[in-house]
Amino acid sequence: MWIFLGSECLFFGSLIATYLIFKGEIDLPPFPSETFIETAYLEEAVASGEITEVASHLCHESSEAGISVCEGIFDIPLTSQSTFVLLMSSVAMVLAVYGAQHNRPMMMKFWLLATMLLGVIFLGYQVYEFRTFGQEGLTLETSQFGASFFVLTGFHGTHVAVGVLILGSLLLASFRRRGLGSEPGFQVETAGLYWHFVDIVWIVIFTVLYLIPA
Amino acid sequence: MATAAGTIAAPTTESVVWSWITTVDHKRIGALYGVTAFIFFLIGGVEALLIRTQLAVPNGTVIDAQLYNQLFTMHALTMIFLAIMPLGAAFFNYMVPLMIGARDVAFPRLNALSYWIFLFGGLVLTSSFFFGGAPDTGWFAYQPISSSQFAGSGMDFYVIGLMILGISSLAAALNFAVTIINLRAPGMTMMRLPVFIWMTFIVMFLLILALPVLTVALIQMLFDRQFTTSFFLPDGGGDPILWQHLFWVFGHPEVYILILPAMGVVSEVLPTFSRKPLFGYAAIVFAGIAIGFLGWAVWSHHMFTTGLGAVQQAVFSASTMAIGIPTGIKVFNWLATMWGGSIRFTTAMYFAIAFVAMFTIGGISGVMHASPPVDQQQQDTYFIVAHIHYVLVGGALFGVFSGLYYWWPKMTGRLLGETLGKWNFWLMFAGLNIAFFPMHFLGVSGMPRRIYTYDPNLGWDFWNLVATVGAFILALGVLFFIINVFKTQQREPDAGDNPWDAPTLEWATTSPPPEHDFDVIPEVHSREPVWYMRDHNMTTPDPEPGTHIHLPPPSYYPIIIAFGVLLLGLGPLSHLAVTALGVPVIIYGIWGWTLEPTE
Repeated sequence: MWIFLGSECLFFGSLIATYLIFKGEIDLPPFPSETFIETAYLEEAVASGEITEVASHLCHESSEAGISVCEGIFDIPLTSQSTFVLLMSSVAMVLAVYGAQHNRPMMMKFWLLATMLLGVIFLGYQVYEFRTFGQEGLTLETSQFGASFFVLTGFHGTHVAVGVLILGSLLLASFRRRGLGSEPGFQVETAGLYWHFVDIVWIVIFTVLYLIPA
Repeated sequence: MATAAGTIAAPTTESVVWSWITTVDHKRIGALYGVTAFIFFLIGGVEALLIRTQLAVPNGTVIDAQLYNQLFTMHALTMIFLAIMPLGAAFFNYMVPLMIGARDVAFPRLNALSYWIFLFGGLVLTSSFFFGGAPDTGWFAYQPISSSQFAGSGMDFYVIGLMILGISSLAAALNFAVTIINLRAPGMTMMRLPVFIWMTFIVMFLLILALPVLTVALIQMLFDRQFTTSFFLPDGGGDPILWQHLFWVFGHPEVYILILPAMGVVSEVLPTFSRKPLFGYAAIVFAGIAIGFLGWAVWSHHMFTTGLGAVQQAVFSASTMAIGIPTGIKVFNWLATMWGGSIRFTTAMYFAIAFVAMFTIGGISGVMHASPPVDQQQQDTYFIVAHIHYVLVGGALFGVFSGLYYWWPKMTGRLLGETLGKWNFWLMFAGLNIAFFPMHFLGVSGMPRRIYTYDPNLGWDFWNLVATVGAFILALGVLFFIINVFKTQQREPDAGDNPWDAPTLEWATTSPPPEHDFDVIPEVHSREPVWYMRDHNMTTPDPEPGTHIHLPPPSYYPIIIAFGVLLLGLGPLSHLAVTALGVPVIIYGIWGWTLEPTE
């Protein structure tokens, strides 16, 4: 599992690198964070159909003449909540592993369920965020920002979903008469490694995408 | 044996076909890899012959430009992903457990899964010929020529085929890395591992780290082609050079993935037939590790003509030249191994010595275009074609043939015929040099790669004809190998356990090995365990009566999951509903796999 996670590091590394390469080249809304832009340039882009009406509503005249200010699309308080949820799921995962290793099946089952639920809540936040961004005019084809953002976070979300499936399988299997077999600690710990890894990747994504300003 | 509800019991029938489909024995999987890869190798060879026939004379009319583009692209993809890589996989599947003194790999069912996914991936890639044309933009699929605007559905097969093959290689790499770390026999320390195992070990890590980068590039290309993004399309603000970076970050380690197993084979063959231990074992191992590391720092030498900037060019030029150092260390150690040995000139030894010579030629022309000004002259000319074929045919493929002659008696109990073997060798050796050496001249006189025909009176006529003749001689050499195999298999097994008096552990068991490899797991006392036993008059101990050897039972699940992966991949090629169908198949397969009793 450790070796597999090494492979995953390069997977997400390449996706994050793609995002960073294109980050400097965003010159039209929607922007990730608050950005100033020449009004004339913006109006030209709207007139030529390069950006949608919806996206242009993110911008308004600033106090300085000829310069518009555009709202950032990221909602940091909201994403902080979902990040907190995912972090708490890692805590739950630790407790589930503890239960599995110390022969306390009820504790393991409870915290496995908790980890899963927190994972599902995180996915819910992500679905909501994707929907909102779509309504504000950010799609796969809008800009390089849209493409690299959705592909990166989409694949992270897929990893979380796969994690939920793994945990769900463990939980179901633990209700069999044989439980998780002779080595429940090892199995739950391996699933836990994966879960923590996906969590850590999110911390990197949250820092690089959301917190570091353009 | 109790079976969980809804799952399939492990197969119990003795039907030959089903026993191969459900096998988890590393030796059988190795044989499957070998046969499949050899068939793909022949397909790739036919593609090469068509290319050379077209180019034999100026204004050739054998095939048209469209088909020519498909053929050179598929020739490269077939030879790299479906022939050389899986031929290496055939050897390490068969040999790793035997050489480290284990009864099987760490995850036998995962091993079967790797094979079936490889087979399906290869079929997807090759079937593109019948569904609207094969990929036709070169194996590197530069952007934006491979975008949906310019390239047909062949490129979708390229994306999906390579992704599926990537899953297979990744699973195999994880499996063998874990096997080599955890399943070594008592006394088999890391520094007593045979060099072939060390090179395999390094290749596994290269695969594990390089494949995800290719996967990301392919995913982005898939999104560009199917879901309206423009990662690589300049019209939408994308960056075609990004594709080149991602592709070569994978692509250059891939070169070492192809050559290191061959280096490992040669490091086994040379000492055996020189009757001397390998000279400078530690130096060769560390040189291999150094190549593995440096291989990550040279990718941009494929991109000197994209205008990287002076500093970048200087850095990548220097790191590329630096790779010549560990490679040189290996070459000199191989020569020193033969020095003063009592050499037996078997066919395996011929191929190994030719490997050293041919690989050195290819290596030197490689160092030549490590220099950016030289590279800018040679880029996209036949000089590069000559270089890659010296390292891939003279290097990787000769290593594979050396290994085939060396290990055939272990795998089948029969020694391949030496007379036909010498014919096989000399024809391939002559064919290689006649076909590819003139390409150096063609390249220097300006003949570009990937043109489907050329005008007369450019000074290219003569050497092109020579190269075509060489290609057919090379093919004739391969034909002699096939004849040799058929004639050999008609004889009675007569090889004995250790016909070459070789030093490594696989020769300590019978030929072919029993299903459980070793009756008693041997204890290792030296780098040359079989010679150690010979010199100390030790015999392999008899198994204690009544011991039960636990072997994993055969399983249906590897092929079920592989089929699910195939459905997943076919979705983007046909209808996304097929992908949706693949998901439950995979989940069902994984469930059954987990619940299947392995006792």
